[in-house]
Amino acid sequence: MTALALDDLHKSFGATPIIRGVSLEVAKGERHAIIGPNGAGKSTLFHLISGRFPLSSGRISLNGEDITGLKPYEINRRGLSRSFQVTNIFPRLAVFENLRCAVLWQMGYRYSFWHNIRKATDANDRAEAVLQQIGLAERAMMPAGLLTYAEQRALEIGITIAGGAEVVMLDEPTAGMSRSETAHFVALIRKVTEGRTLIMVEHDMGVVFDLADRISVLVYGQIIACDTPVKIRSNKAVQEAYLGQALETEH
Amino acid sequence: MAITTMTKPASLPLDLAKRYGIWILAAAVMIVLPKIFTSGAALTTMCLMGIMIVFSLSYNMLLGQTGMLSFGHAVYYGLGGFLAVHAMNTIAADRLPIPLPLLPLAGGAMGLLFGIIFGAVSTRRAGTVFAMISLGLGELIASLSLILRGFFGGEEGITANRTKMLTLFGVRFGPQIEVYYLIAAWCFVCIIAMFAFTRTPLGRMCNAVRENPERAEFVGYSTQMVRFIAFCIAGFFAGIAGGLAAINFELMNAVNISGAQSGVVLLMAYIGGVGHFFGPIMGAVLVTLLQVMLSDITGAWMLYFGLIFIMMVMFAPGGMAGLIMLHLPLWQRGTLLRVLPHYAVMAVPCAMGLAGLVLLIEAAHHQLVKAASDGPAMKLAGFAFASNAAPPWIVAAALLGAGLWLGRRWAPRLTAAFAEAAR
Repeated sequence: MTALALDDLHKSFGATPIIRGVSLEVAKGERHAIIGPNGAGKSTLFHLISGRFPLSSGRISLNGEDITGLKPYEINRRGLSRSFQVTNIFPRLAVFENLRCAVLWQMGYRYSFWHNIRKATDANDRAEAVLQQIGLAERAMMPAGLLTYAEQRALEIGITIAGGAEVVMLDEPTAGMSRSETAHFVALIRKVTEGRTLIMVEHDMGVVFDLADRISVLVYGQIIACDTPVKIRSNKAVQEAYLGQALETEH
Repeated sequence: MAITTMTKPASLPLDLAKRYGIWILAAAVMIVLPKIFTSGAALTTMCLMGIMIVFSLSYNMLLGQTGMLSFGHAVYYGLGGFLAVHAMNTIAADRLPIPLPLLPLAGGAMGLLFGIIFGAVSTRRAGTVFAMISLGLGELIASLSLILRGFFGGEEGITANRTKMLTLFGVRFGPQIEVYYLIAAWCFVCIIAMFAFTRTPLGRMCNAVRENPERAEFVGYSTQMVRFIAFCIAGFFAGIAGGLAAINFELMNAVNISGAQSGVVLLMAYIGGVGHFFGPIMGAVLVTLLQVMLSDITGAWMLYFGLIFIMMVMFAPGGMAGLIMLHLPLWQRGTLLRVLPHYAVMAVPCAMGLAGLVLLIEAAHHQLVKAASDGPAMKLAGFAFASNAAPPWIVAAALLGAGLWLGRRWAPRLTAAFAEAAR
C-alpha cells in the first residue's frame, strides 16, 4: 500500500528549475530518507509535498487521494504533517499550549467557540501524552520561545506528530545538535514515529543509515538513486555525486 | 502532570470562590459604584466606561488575541448604534412588544452582519494589508455617513427616545441610574462571554495564528478562517457596545462612526495593555476618565492624551496590564516592598518633570490660543502669572531639565533594585 506517491514533480522559480522531474513512491510504514548535496532541492521538495509552494507540474497523491494544489491545512487534515528545518513553533504560547493547538483540529474541535478547552479532555490528554513522549513535561507551562535549542527541536517534532498524522515529514530534525543530543533524538524520532510513515531530509549520514529503510538521493532536482541503505552505500553514481564527500566529512 | 494537578478541584466552596471570586467581586463593584459616586457627572462617566469596556475588549479580540491591527473598528460600533437608534424609533412608533434591554442585541446583529461582509474581504490577508483595508473601509463608511442622510442623519445624526418603548416590570429607563444598571449588566455579560471565548479551541487558535500563522496552517487550520470568525465575533460585540451607546445618548451621529472613534478604541486597548485580557478594561476606564476630566481642566487635553500614548508605546509597550504583571512575581515573592522606596525616590524627579511639562504646555497653550483674546494673564495651580513673561518659561525649563537629569541619574538604582527583588 502506497502512502505517498510523487509523479513527475517539477518546480521552477522564475526561469530556474529547482525540481526537475521527481517521481517517488513511499510505502505505508516505511522510513524514507532523502539525502543530497546543499541546494539539491530537498527542502523545496518538502515544501511542494506539504503544499507550502505550488507545483509547476506533476501530481502528488496521499493514500491514493490526489492532493495536488491543496492548501497546507487541507493536506494536514488528510493526514500529512511536517516539521521545519528552522524551528517553527508558537514562541509566546506555553509548551503545553503549543501541543494542544497541534491536536485540536484532528480531535474534531475545528473552529469551535462553544467548547471549554479545559474540558476538552481528549485533546488535553493527547497533548499531555505527547508532552511526556518528547520529555518536556517539566517545561509544560513555560513559553516555548524560552526553551533551549534542543528542546525547541523536540517540541517541533512533538507539534508535528501530535495530531496523529499517518505520514510524518521531518526536515533536518537533528540539524545543529551535538552528538549526544543527536543520539537521543534518533531514539525519540524512532519512538514517536512508530507505526507511521516517515519521510525525512537529513544531513547526518549516521542518522540516515540508522533510521531509514530506503534512501533517495536527490541531486540537482532529480532522484539519481532510490534503494536500501546498503545498496545506496555501494552505488557508484551516488558515491561520485555526493556520498563520497559526505562520508568523508562525516569521518 | 502539572496540568492535571492544576485543574483538579481542591474543595468545592474554595474552588468556587477561586474560580468565580473575581467575577463576583466585579459584579459587586459594578452594583456599588453608583452608591459611592452619586453625582450626575460621575454616573454619566461610568455609563460611558461600561460602553467603552465592551468596545475595547471587542477590539482586543482582533489586536491582542489574533494579532490583527484594525483602524476601522468604529464601523461596527457605529453601525450597531445607528441600527439601535432606528430600532428604538420603529419599536416606539409601531408599539412593538420589544423591551429596551434587548436592544443591544440588534446592534450586535448589525455589527455581526457587517463583520461578515467586510470580514470576508479584509481577512484574506493579515498584517499591513489587513490594516490598510480596515482603514479604507473605515474611511468609506465614515464618509458614507455624511452622504446617506436617511440612515445616518447627516451632521446632526439620528435621535431617539428610550422612554417611549414598552416598559418592563415598570422600569422606563428614564433616569440615568436605570440606564447605568442596564449598561452594567450588559457589560458584565459581555466581559464574561469574551473571556470565555479566550478559553475555547478557536480562542486558543487565534493566539496561535497571532504567534505563527504559517505553523497554524500546518496543524490543520486555515488562518484566514480563524481571522474571519474572530473578526465577525469582534464585530458582534462592537455592535453591542454601539447599541448600548445608542440607549445611553439617545443619539448617534457621524462622530461615533468616524476614524477618530476607531483611533480612540485602539488607544484604549493599547494603553490598557493588549497582552492581557483585563488590559483593555483598564484602558477603557482610564481613557474615558481622562477624556471627561482632562477636557474639563485644560483645552490642551488632546495633547496630554497623545503624550500618554507616546510614553506608553516607548516605555511600557505592555500597557498598564503589562506593568502590573511585571510586578506580580515580586508580589508573590514578597519582595515588592523592597522596591517601593526606590519608586518613592523616583517619584520626585517624575513629579518635577511632569510639573515642568504641564507648565510648558499650559503656558504655550495660553499664549498661542487664548492670549490674543483674553490677554497674557493666566493661572495655574493657584499661581498667577503672564504667559508672555520669561519667568514661567524659565521655571518650566528648569523643572523639566532637573527632572530629566535626576531621573536618568537615579534610574539605574531603581533598575538594580528591581532586578534584585525579581531574582
